[in-house]
This record gives sequence, C-alpha cells and structure tokens, in this order.
Amino acid sequence: MADQVYWDDVTDEMEIPQMVKNPTTQQLVKYAGASGDYYQIHYDTEFAKGNNLPGVILHGALKNAFLGQYMTDWMGPLGNLKRLACQYRGMDEPGRPIYAKGTVIRKYEQDGQHLVDCNIWLENDEGQRTTPGEATVALPKR
Amino acid sequence: MSTQNTFLTEEMRQQVIGLEGEPVTTEIEKGAIVKFAQAIGDDNPFFNDEAAARKGQYRGLVAPPTFLRSVGTSRPEFPFDVPFNNNLDGGSDWEYMEPVRPGDRITAVSRIENMIERAGRMGTMIIQTTVTTYTNQLGQVVATQTSTGIRY
Repeated sequence: MADQVYWDDVTDEMEIPQMVKNPTTQQLVKYAGASGDYYQIHYDTEFAKGNNLPGVILHGALKNAFLGQYMTDWMGPLGNLKRLACQYRGMDEPGRPIYAKGTVIRKYEQDGQHLVDCNIWLENDEGQRTTPGEATVALPKR
Repeated sequence: MSTQNTFLTEEMRQQVIGLEGEPVTTEIEKGAIVKFAQAIGDDNPFFNDEAAARKGQYRGLVAPPTFLRSVGTSRPEFPFDVPFNNNLDGGSDWEYMEPVRPGDRITAVSRIENMIERAGRMGTMIIQTTVTTYTNQLGQVVATQTSTGIRY
C-alpha cells in the first residue's frame, strides 16, 4: 500500500501513480470462483472463439476490481472510496499487462468531507483505453 | 426515437421500468472476502489480514470495493420475451456508504431503472440500466451499484 496521501497536497490535474496488473488465465479462473461468474468466455478458449472472440477475455468486473484497487491503494489507509464507475469499451486478454492510470479533476469540500474526483482508466499495452471510469475519494486533511 | 424501434415499444418500457427482483440475503464470510481479494490480486491488509485491519480505521477486516459482485441478486422477471441471446456487461457505477464486514447479512434488491433500444454495429441492441441496492442487517444501505447490460 502506498503512503498516506493528504487532501491538502492534491492538486487539479495531478497524475495518480500508475498501477500495473498482469492478469493470467489462472487469475480469470480464480476470479470466476471468487465472484461466481462462470460465463465460459472467461476460461474456455473454444467457447470464446465460438462467440466470435479471439480467445478468453477478462471479466469486466475484474477490470472494475483493478480500478477499485487502484483507488484504494492511492487513497491510503485513511482514505474512503465514495464512488467508483467504469465502462467496458474494449476487451482485454490475459497474458498482456494492463495499466491503471488516472488524474485528479476536482478537489472540493462537501458536508465536512474533503473530496477528490478523478478520471481513471485501464490502458492496454498498445495504449488503448479499454476501460474508462471515474472515482471519488474522501481524503484526510492535515 | 421510440417510433424507429423495431422491438421495444414505449408501452413495454413502461412495463419494465421500476420492476424489482426478489430480495436476496447473503451472509458475508471472512474467507470469501480474503479469497476475493486474492483472486483480484489485491494485498491490501484491510482486505486480507484481520490483525493488521484491526489497527486501521475500520477496526477489522472489510470487503474490497467490488466484492459485492459476488453477492447473489435476483433479476426482475420480465412480462415479455426478449429475443436477444447475447449479453455484454457495459459497465458499473458504484456508490459506497458503509463498509461491508465479515458476519454482515447483506440484502440485495435489483430494480430496473431504464431500458432503451439502439441500433448498433451488431444490429438491434437493448440497453438496460439496473440499480442494485445492498442493505446490511442494521438497515443501512452499504452501497448501490448501477449496472448497464447490453443484449443483442
């Protein structure tokens, strides 16, 4: 986990340090088991190809989980995740690294909380943003 | 827009918008939380290590943000057949209010928020927005998830 980030130190358009994930077919099986999503396009290559896919692909919800980790890592042990949204625009395949990236778009106070809105996304190794999203975190103030 | 629809009429939309599935209650097991965190490759001590998590703001283990994907939900029953067999998950929008802890009894209720028809690359698509509300045993809403499903 990263060190604690404080609201005071966050600036508009600040980049959030990237996180790299290296999903494997084994991870897709583990995710299927842990989440209960047993749709075969995530572990059965023949089935996936029969559905006009190049091979097995990542669960959208696993990519959602990667973006969740990206935010909870960044906000640190005193932060609070308020909102996490993403859209699955492109497919991602196991065996290729995937990069979580983001920037701060707004910092503000609301109902006594110190909030930060972020643009976040997952990017494949060709630089395509397959999974754009947004998040809001509450951060501690010094 | 609806006049160009080939399947979904305004009357059908009004029939489904607001439909709710049966409530489904799941007891949250600590092992399930840890297994989920391991599956997504997240080693945050709040999700993995009870002793470490006790020293943190929640004073105990909590579930990672998307853990509620593993909790059972019941889809609302449709009053008509939808003749599109392919499904795509379009995305999710979560709001978080309270932590989810081991031992919680979480009740999930899914409600259809909207349904529209679009002409897409793959032909006619039905885009459904569903809001799932997760409530704990204390009556607190812990999270809502707005999900977009695409059928084509």
